[in-house]
Amino acid sequence: MRISIYRYDPDQDARPYMKDYDVPVEPTDRMLLDLLVKVKALDDSFAFRRSCREGVCGSDAMNINGKNGLACITRIAELREPVELRPLPGLPVVRDLIVDMTQFFHQYHSIKPYLVNNDPSPELERLQSPADRAELDGLYECILCACCSTSCPSFWWNPDKFVGPAGLLNAYRFLADSRDQAANARLDDLEDPYRLFRCHTIMNCVDACPKNLNPTRAIGKIKEMMVRRTV
Amino acid sequence: MVKRIVVGAHYGFRDWLAQRITAAVMAAYTVVFVIAFAAAAPAGHAAWKAFFAQGWMRVASLLFFASLFYHAWIGVRDILMDYVKPVWLRLSLEVLAILALVGYAGWAVQILWRN
Amino acid sequence: MALATRKFDAVVVGAGGAGLRAALQLSEAGLRVAVLSKVFPTRSHTVAAQGGIGAALGNMGEDSWLWHMYDTIKGSDWLGDQDSIEFLCREAPKVVIELEHFGMPFDRNDNGTVYQRPFGGHMQNMGAGPAVQRSCCAADRTGHAMVHTLYQRNVRANTQFFVEWLALDLVRDASGQVLGVTALEMETGEVSILQARATLFATGGSGRMFQSSTNAFINTGDGLGMAARAGIPLEDMEFYQFHPTGVHGAGILITEGVRGEGGMLLNKSGERFMERYAPNAKDLASRDVVSRAMATEIKEGRGCGPGADYLLLKLDHLGPEVIDKRLPGIREISIKFANVDPVKDAIPVVPTAHYQMGGIPTNYHGEVIVPQGGNPSAVVPGFYAAGECACASVHGANRLGTNSLTDLVVFGKAAGDAVIRFLKENPGEKDLPADAAERTLTRLARLEAQKNGESVHEVGAALRRTMQAHCGVFRFPDMLAEGLHMIREVAERVGRVEIRDKSKVFNTARVEALELENLIEAARATMVAADARKESRGAHDRADFHRRDDANWLKHSLWYRDGDRMDYKPVNLKPLTAEPIPPKARTY
Repeated sequence: MRISIYRYDPDQDARPYMKDYDVPVEPTDRMLLDLLVKVKALDDSFAFRRSCREGVCGSDAMNINGKNGLACITRIAELREPVELRPLPGLPVVRDLIVDMTQFFHQYHSIKPYLVNNDPSPELERLQSPADRAELDGLYECILCACCSTSCPSFWWNPDKFVGPAGLLNAYRFLADSRDQAANARLDDLEDPYRLFRCHTIMNCVDACPKNLNPTRAIGKIKEMMVRRTV
Repeated sequence: MVKRIVVGAHYGFRDWLAQRITAAVMAAYTVVFVIAFAAAAPAGHAAWKAFFAQGWMRVASLLFFASLFYHAWIGVRDILMDYVKPVWLRLSLEVLAILALVGYAGWAVQILWRN
Repeated sequence: MALATRKFDAVVVGAGGAGLRAALQLSEAGLRVAVLSKVFPTRSHTVAAQGGIGAALGNMGEDSWLWHMYDTIKGSDWLGDQDSIEFLCREAPKVVIELEHFGMPFDRNDNGTVYQRPFGGHMQNMGAGPAVQRSCCAADRTGHAMVHTLYQRNVRANTQFFVEWLALDLVRDASGQVLGVTALEMETGEVSILQARATLFATGGSGRMFQSSTNAFINTGDGLGMAARAGIPLEDMEFYQFHPTGVHGAGILITEGVRGEGGMLLNKSGERFMERYAPNAKDLASRDVVSRAMATEIKEGRGCGPGADYLLLKLDHLGPEVIDKRLPGIREISIKFANVDPVKDAIPVVPTAHYQMGGIPTNYHGEVIVPQGGNPSAVVPGFYAAGECACASVHGANRLGTNSLTDLVVFGKAAGDAVIRFLKENPGEKDLPADAAERTLTRLARLEAQKNGESVHEVGAALRRTMQAHCGVFRFPDMLAEGLHMIREVAERVGRVEIRDKSKVFNTARVEALELENLIEAARATMVAADARKESRGAHDRADFHRRDDANWLKHSLWYRDGDRMDYKPVNLKPLTAEPIPPKARTY
């Protein structure tokens, strides 16, 4: 199978270029990551991130044939040839498929991604009904791979000010948690033309999420909370 | 001037809500207009003028145009926020947009209440 | 060459469950902490843990930490230290409640308490049975929920992370005190010394030494390699757990929680064969027992498929609601990696390398201990370890499911506390020895200058092939002897590995070569210790010594890198406060 990979090493290369590799596909190779490991064996200068190889750690997010996804859960059989691999769009490239995710994590951190509850800790667990717990489904599963945020045009234009779909999904994860007491402060923080309202419901994020989460719906729910708070 | 990125202009929600409310007003006006038109389509220029000169129609049309301009203002500003980065250029364009839209609003009043 | 030196109160190496829990303890105590991680914290392998965290909360019925302790000791085949195990089981409910308070999204019961599911080897009433529901879970994504919650809590505590920094070597002075680590910043290729009054390893396991493994690519035994090179022995490395249910061909983990929720293993004639091997616990016997039963079924020709080389995990009888509510991730993995929708069809599974019971020897405070001057447990000042890289030893010869996550938070926290105490009692700062970075610089220089060497890929593959074939579920004397010879040969080849990429920027070839130098130490320790232990206990099953031999082998093994030699130390059979649980026959 022919794989065409974006290559750039600022230490050696004046400019980025695409390099083609032909790797044999054996019956035991299922996922794109299996082939990337083979490319790495052919050419050890090819740099990419990978860890769990089962779609839960979020390391190997990249742009695969024009669409963001995780190499480890992208089936070889479903790929158009030649496979074109580029770094996630919109973030600075460190080297080859490795991008600088500082801005992405900055936005994630900006929503105060932790439970706030100022009551004295009870001796046992804080009770939560199964229905209240179910509100967190589809939110807590985010793996911070950045497939969504880096496919979002609003994030491309304003990565410094717009929280982006991943951050907003996580913001809603805490807004939706019956144990959290900071809902008001969280809504105040997002009540801003940039932080939340750069979302124009383009919905690329929903299309890109490898875990089938729906950031657009979460963003809609945040707006709904603001409406309920205001009227 | 410091280059810190600051956010927190608390009009995001208000504008987002206004955009939806103005859209609803415009949609309602369109529906009312189509129904009124279908019930008794005015024939000729004089009938058209009379149709728009009715008191309720004048108010409804004014509401429509006011909604349209406010809606447009939010939309235009969104575009400027996304694509025009230099603050002074953006502010200038925003002022121009406001002046144009206010002008259009005055013009709309003038047309609606002409004779 | 003088390297840039940065000074901290404490350095934590690794940011999975144990590292993050320890870092939180240190940050909240107001210390200057540096947390090094070669991946962004939530990419650590803890994220892949599925089934749950064990704690006797008693939310589903009667339970007690004493029962949990009994099960853990029995699971360990009596090789676990009973003081550490008591500590683990007593602290478990506290740390789980704490995780809940941190915001971890546990599944819930109708009365609002944390839901717990049954898991292998966890029984009622001091092992008498039946199964107890002790595994606190967040669907089948417990590790993910836990590592994200702990990371979030560290964000709240303003913990200082050094993300994508690879620790290279321990810095020890002439007295043996640990004074920090040398480390490589991947993005720039810069090497520096992180000097600290206390150094805590939470570097995880070495599962990548096997060809077929449930482990992430990053599990290369880095802490073990660093410790071994610095003269610290590795404890009980022959005990490597093979998880019964890895997806056939892909090695992806299928949680024991599937069987906890009612799934069962079938052979080619549709027989629920675990009834023969473990009449009481059946599919919920402990992992070594189930894995051996499966390997036996396959060996005796009762495997499924054209190669008769796997077994089936059936769960369709649970119904789509239970599967989607309790095991959604398993359904996703099965569809993706096995082309099977478990709502309709059984999942093809095989025993797969999963967890290293051994590691850097510690006591239950997380302090690293070595034999010294007649004392089998002399504390190495300034050095701590927690999580899979450490051997406390709570898992002994075989770990129970759910006890790994418990281990991470209990000992992560305990080690953090121990560091705080140590820093309070030892306020002074020691100077770095002149040769602090020498070992590191020699290794890096060798790698830069190497010509006509083999690639990381080739040598790594040889390492994995050797371990898989010679040190698997069943161990044979001739295969071990041959394996020993082969792994020593591989070790020599590791010393001649060559990388073609010499770039300074994010050089993953260099990182992989350095990781291989760590992995080979773990692999050697495993093979040598396995060859030396002439009995069968827990996960270590020898064809030539088929029984457990308490008279001669109720002892921990210690492998030293220098001289590639073995030593032994006694097992602590005395709990902290509870009655000792003397060894007896182990059946499920």
